[in-house]
Amino acid sequence: MAITVNVVSADEQIWSGEAEMLVARTTEGEIGILTGHTPLLAILAGGEVRVTQVGGRKLVVNAEDGFISVQNDTVTVVARAAELVS
Amino acid sequence: MGAQLRVYRSKIRSAQTTKKITRAMELISASRIQKAQQRVAASTPYARAVTQAVSAVASYSNVDHILTTEKENVERAAVVIFASDRGLAGAFSASVLKESEELATLLRSQGKDVVFYLVGRKAVGYFSFRKRDSARAWTGGTDQPVFTTAKEIGDELVAAFMRDASDGGVDEIHIVYNRFVSMVTQTPEVVRLLPLEVVEGVEAPGDTAALPLYEFEPDADAVLDALLPVYIESRIFNAMLQSAASEHAARQRAMKSASDNADTLIKTYTRLANNARQSEITQQISEIVGGADALALAK
Repeated sequence: MAITVNVVSADEQIWSGEAEMLVARTTEGEIGILTGHTPLLAILAGGEVRVTQVGGRKLVVNAEDGFISVQNDTVTVVARAAELVS
Repeated sequence: MGAQLRVYRSKIRSAQTTKKITRAMELISASRIQKAQQRVAASTPYARAVTQAVSAVASYSNVDHILTTEKENVERAAVVIFASDRGLAGAFSASVLKESEELATLLRSQGKDVVFYLVGRKAVGYFSFRKRDSARAWTGGTDQPVFTTAKEIGDELVAAFMRDASDGGVDEIHIVYNRFVSMVTQTPEVVRLLPLEVVEGVEAPGDTAALPLYEFEPDADAVLDALLPVYIESRIFNAMLQSAASEHAARQRAMKSASDNADTLIKTYTRLANNARQSEITQQISEIVGGADALALAK
């Protein structure tokens, strides 16, 4: 089982694909999302969003000023400014 | 030169000058569509993601927030009209204005007051000519929208939405804009921004299914408060970009048919001018021949 991840910034879709885990920092602290997570809507505190893709490859995105939404194993990271770091 | 011929010549010249202008405008619009289309495509995922997230919360959770709950009696509705700054774009502004007229009639028949927010000089002109009121108008830059304008419109709308209806606020926000479907089709579209309408991709929960508990961080109010302006701005900006792309496409089409019309005009008038020239020559010849005949007879 995998989660579907969408990373979107104000002017483009940054990354989209299947992942095993996603770690982001919300205003309350770091949060890790695996498959089967309860629906969630959180404000991002900015900084790195780390995605572990299916197969173990890692992906890091810098996301500023946005939020994260989880629903039905679909994670959407929406940020006004975001960029792919690696 | 005969008077008739001179009239035709000047008509041909004027059609040629007009054609030069319309042709230039056609080319300018054609080159700008591409860019405008790219901007629409680029901003769409963001708008869709925001809208989906918001409407998921609205349809799945039972959080009480103005963003997600409909008021029982709606007193006043805001209608935002996205027209263009300049004409010469066919039915572009007219179709949006017609659509919003219909929407206003519908809203009034439901017993709601309608407040208009106008974007684009053509909409402002339409309203001032009919001596109608609008709450606010933004002009300039409809063909190349910038995010700051979207933010300004969004701030104004959110402020109006937060106010009580008795205080001059609004309970509903509708937007009317031209959606860019393809180079040849742009359809005027009415969207209710607030309260939220459930969008595609989010299924409405069944009656029996228990609502999944949404988790909010830091808490529901804070998240939804932060989300509201983002949602409004992104939808408005997307509408502005769509409208800009549609405007260019509409103008390109209008200018193309204007150039084609100028071509047919030039052709028709050239034929007529040739005709006039020929009949003038024929007349001159017959006058000379007639004159020579008369001289020969007089001898």
